[in-house]
Amino acid sequence: MNNFLLLPIIIPFFFGMILMFGQKKLAYQRITTLLGLLMAIIGALGLVYKVHADGPQTVTFGSWPAPFGITMVSDMVSALLVTTTLILAFFIVWYGFESIGKERERFFYYPGVMFIITGVNGAFTTGDIFNLFVFFEVLLMASYLLIVLGGEKAQLRESIKYILVNVISSAFFVITVAFLYSVVGTLSMADIALKITEINQPGIITVIAVLFLMVFGMKAAIFPLYFWLPSAYSAPPIPVLALFGALLTKVGVYAIMRTYTLFFTHDLAFTHELLLILSVITIIAGCIGALAHFDVKQIIIYNIVIAVGVILFGVAQMNEVALQGAMFYLVHDMIIKAALFMLIGIVIYISGTTNLRKMGGLMKTYPALGWFYLIAALGLAGVPPLSGFVGKLLIVQGGFQADNIWSSIFILASSLVVLLSVMRIFIYAFWGEQGQISNDVNKTTYNRLFFPTMILVFISILYGVGTEWITTLMGDAAKILVDPSIYTDAVMKGGE
Amino acid sequence: MEIIMAFVCGFLFMAAIYLILSRSLLRIIIGTGLLSHGAHLLILTMGSFKGSAPPVLSDGVTDYVDPIPQALILTAIVISFGVTAFFLVLAYRAYQELQTDDMTLMKGSEDHE
Repeated sequence: MNNFLLLPIIIPFFFGMILMFGQKKLAYQRITTLLGLLMAIIGALGLVYKVHADGPQTVTFGSWPAPFGITMVSDMVSALLVTTTLILAFFIVWYGFESIGKERERFFYYPGVMFIITGVNGAFTTGDIFNLFVFFEVLLMASYLLIVLGGEKAQLRESIKYILVNVISSAFFVITVAFLYSVVGTLSMADIALKITEINQPGIITVIAVLFLMVFGMKAAIFPLYFWLPSAYSAPPIPVLALFGALLTKVGVYAIMRTYTLFFTHDLAFTHELLLILSVITIIAGCIGALAHFDVKQIIIYNIVIAVGVILFGVAQMNEVALQGAMFYLVHDMIIKAALFMLIGIVIYISGTTNLRKMGGLMKTYPALGWFYLIAALGLAGVPPLSGFVGKLLIVQGGFQADNIWSSIFILASSLVVLLSVMRIFIYAFWGEQGQISNDVNKTTYNRLFFPTMILVFISILYGVGTEWITTLMGDAAKILVDPSIYTDAVMKGGE
Repeated sequence: MEIIMAFVCGFLFMAAIYLILSRSLLRIIIGTGLLSHGAHLLILTMGSFKGSAPPVLSDGVTDYVDPIPQALILTAIVISFGVTAFFLVLAYRAYQELQTDDMTLMKGSEDHE
């Protein structure tokens, strides 16, 4: 019983409510948002320390005994993800001061960000499957606001499709929860895991597993269900895109990771094999998209799809090494995607176009931007000392342990395609003849955009170089994913 | 009773899918409404119709309905209500801005290569 773990959810929610007042006072809006996120970050770091020292923390609302009340569980997996989410949100909001536009700032942009963080952190923390649905809706509702905010034609057009896809996937979620409830008669995730073990996963549970894969796969953008992502994500402005690209799909990935390690662990030959195949096809589809486009936004957006495939490949192996790799890669990908979106945001700001063919020669005028982009690009592909390396190494190592030799080699090969796709931006935008340059580039604005981006790239470097320091934390996370009994024990006995 | 409900749910889903696949934005929104109705009815059915008594449990009472599905439906109804309201406003705004409610005219982006 520890209320402390609610801080990363409550603080953004509280500040979101405060920010709904005083819309026109920009200084107040900006400072309050950063202050709220900073407080939440401190809370989340404290939570990581607490979880590391004392094991998973739980709180069951209303002091009901464990399986009956709604439980919030903070184990190492969720504590790390919550912390990453808040840190990224801080930098993205900071970056947004210069690029989101004053009109949006005056119309509930900051409350929208705070509520989306509430939803994301809640989804990472909750230990109740229906509560997960509710937090999904909280973050979706905020994301509907953010994607349409500004009311440009492209935004209106794409947000209709985005909402429609998500409404359908939410309906599926409700249906799946109903099926699951009718079979196991409980909603607490720990209790579901225990009940499924008792009945030894009959066929109907496998059907439910596939339904869950559809529901969360729609959010996470896995192979047949990623069709909505590229066009929907290219509509909103860069800070919103960074927020979505770094956080929203990862919530879906987390949900798949959680359900597939906690509930559906008895028919691995079907469920995890399916996940494996889908993750490999997801990577192929993402690679094709990333190489085919000449639009910088689209290239990075398709890289989201590739990363989702890599993480889920790690989950599909179901051994400790690969799951540790998946955790490493998940956090890495959140950081590096936010950094990349912010970098290409600056590139788009300078050149005034998203078309690679019109860009060129930025290296002469903006060498620092070029070098930082290069570091981020190498980090994304997983070049050794940088952040993507450890995760991918462990995932592939886990793949070899699970005897998936060819698909593991395929994952390694896909890194080359990732490298090629992001290097293409580097070559076209930074090398060669001077390309198109926007007329109203302001040096102060550029510096203000560049500063938070630079810090975020430094964080990603630190994450890669300082892997040694966080290995114990990731190890804790992997242990929980491999051995669900740690999770269920923490929930069931946490009430006392 | 479960069989009838299964057919009703199926019919609602069928109608919802038909409407969602149509071109008019308003029909699509009505379709999503029907879809969530079907889902809610499904939760109710999954709670089973055993017992005619209210969902109240106290000592000595053996005849009661499972209260959880009803609580779930209540939550889900509120959420789908909010989403539908937002969707309708968005559709109106999009109609004003784009001068059409036909989904076939809303695809792709202008700046294709």
